[in-house]
Amino acid sequence: MNTFWSRLYSWADERVKLGGLVEYMGKKYVPVNRHSIWYYFGGVSLFLFIIQVVTGILLLLYYKSGELLAFESIQFIMAKVRFGWLIRSLHSWTANLFVLTAMIHMFSVFFGKAYRKPRGITWITGMVMFFLALGFGFSGYLLPWNELAFFATKVGTDIAGAVPIVGKPMMVFLRGGEDVTGATLSRFFGFHVALLPGIFTVFLGIHLLLVQRQGMSEPLSHGDSPDTERKTMPFFPNFLLRDMLFWLMVLNLLAILAVFFPWELGKKADAFASAPAGIKPEWYFLFMFQTLKYIPGKILFIDGEVLGILVFGLAGFLWLMVPFWDRKSSRGETNRLINYVGIFVVFYMIILTIVGWIV
Amino acid sequence: MTSEVGPNGEQETRRGFLRYLLGGGLVASLAAVLYPIMAYLKPPQQAEVEVTSVKAGKVSAMEKESGIIVRFGNKPVILVRNAAGEFRAFSATCTHLDCTVQFRKDMGLIWCACHNGRYDLNGRNVAGPPPRPLDEYRVIIQGEDISISKKA
Ligand code: FES
Repeated sequence: MNTFWSRLYSWADERVKLGGLVEYMGKKYVPVNRHSIWYYFGGVSLFLFIIQVVTGILLLLYYKSGELLAFESIQFIMAKVRFGWLIRSLHSWTANLFVLTAMIHMFSVFFGKAYRKPRGITWITGMVMFFLALGFGFSGYLLPWNELAFFATKVGTDIAGAVPIVGKPMMVFLRGGEDVTGATLSRFFGFHVALLPGIFTVFLGIHLLLVQRQGMSEPLSHGDSPDTERKTMPFFPNFLLRDMLFWLMVLNLLAILAVFFPWELGKKADAFASAPAGIKPEWYFLFMFQTLKYIPGKILFIDGEVLGILVFGLAGFLWLMVPFWDRKSSRGETNRLINYVGIFVVFYMIILTIVGWIV
Repeated sequence: MTSEVGPNGEQETRRGFLRYLLGGGLVASLAAVLYPIMAYLKPPQQAEVEVTSVKAGKVSAMEKESGIIVRFGNKPVILVRNAAGEFRAFSATCTHLDCTVQFRKDMGLIWCACHNGRYDLNGRNVAGPPPRPLDEYRVIIQGEDISISKKA
C-alpha cells in the first residue's frame, strides 16, 4: 500500500513538481495567541461554501424555474425525492450560517486590524465575497416562489429602485420588467446559479492564495515580542486537524438544525393576493430594513428612504476601504477610532436586528 | 538630408496616427461587444393589452364592510364596500414599497401588512410609512353588476 502511495506521489512529482509545494506547506506556521479562536471562522466559512455548492448542485437536479413550476418542484423535492427535504433544509440553513460565520470572520479581522498592510487586497476580496453572499441570499430567497419571498423581493427591489439616477434602470434590470413576475424569477435563478458563483470563485481563489502567501495576521500588540517568544503551531497537520474538527462540529450543528427545524416552504406566491402579515427580509438585511422605518418620509428636500440608502451605501464603502484610510494601524500604531467604530457597528446591527425581529 | 526633424517628425505623426487607429479600433470593438449585451439586458416592452375596465362580480355577493382583490390587467385592484354599502376601488399596490394591501374589517381600514401602512376607505394614507394615497379607480354599478374602470 505504502509503495502505491509513494509511487503515485513520485508520478505526480515528476510531472508537476510537488516537492516545492510540500516543503512550503511543511514550513507554514500559524501563530498561537489568545485570539487564535477567530482564525477558524474563515476556514469554516469556506467549508460552508463548499456545502452550498454540493447541496446547490443536488437541488439543481430537480428544481425547475418559472412561475408555474418553481414552487411545485420544491414541493416535489421535499415530498417525493428521497432525502430531498434534508438537502433543501441543509441548503437554507447553511446559507444563513454562512452569512453568520462570514460576518464573524469579517469583524474579527476588523478588530484585529488584520486588514492593515500588506493585507489590503485580502480584505477587499473578502468584502466583495461578503457582498456576493448577500446577493446569493437575496436571489436564492425568491427561488421557491412562495408568498413571503415574493413580497420580500418586491420590497427589496423597490428599495433598490429608490436610489437616485441608477435606481430605476437597476430595478427594471433586476426584475426583468416593471413588476416582480416570472421574469424576475428567471433572472434571479440565473444570478444565483451561474453569475454569482462564477464571480465568487474568482475572488475566493485570490483570497485563499493571498492568505497562503502572507500567512495569518497577528494582533498588533504582539508585534513587539521577539521572534523566539512567539508561539506558533505548524499548519500541517496541527492547525488543519483543528480546523477539520471545527468543521465536523459545524456539520453536526447543521444536521441538527436541518432535521429538527426543517425549513418551511410556505404558500405559493400569488400576485393577486394581499401581502400576508410577517413580511420580513432575511435576518441579515433586517437592521437596514428596520432603520429605513425610522427615517421620516422627508428630510429637507430628500426622500427619507433615499437618504437611508445613501447613508448605508457610504458606510459600506468606508468599511470596504478601511485598509486605505486607517494609516495608523498600517504603521503599527494603535488606532482606537477603529475599535469605537467597530463596536458601534456591532451594537447597532445587533440592536436593530433584535428590534426588527420582535416588532 | 538637410534636416533630421523632417523624417523624425513624420515618424512621430505616423506613430501617433497608428496609435489613434489602434485605440479607436479597440474602443469600437469594445462598444460593438458591450452594446448588444447592454441592450439584451433590458427587458423588452411587452405589448400589454390595455385594460380599461373589468367586471368585478355581483353587488349581492359582497357584504357591507368587506374588500376583495380584483385582477385589473396585470395589476391588483382592491374593491371595498363600506358600512354604508357604497363601493370604492383603489390600486392595491401600496405606495410605500409595492406590497399588496388588504381590507381589515376590525380596523375599518385598508391595511398593508409589510410595514403596517394604513389607508382610510377613501384611499388616503392615514398612518405608517406610505407617502401617498392609493390611486383611485371608478366603480360603476349596473343593476347587479360591478365593474371597475380607470379614472380618466
Ligand atoms: S409596502 Fe406597504 S407599508 Fe411598506
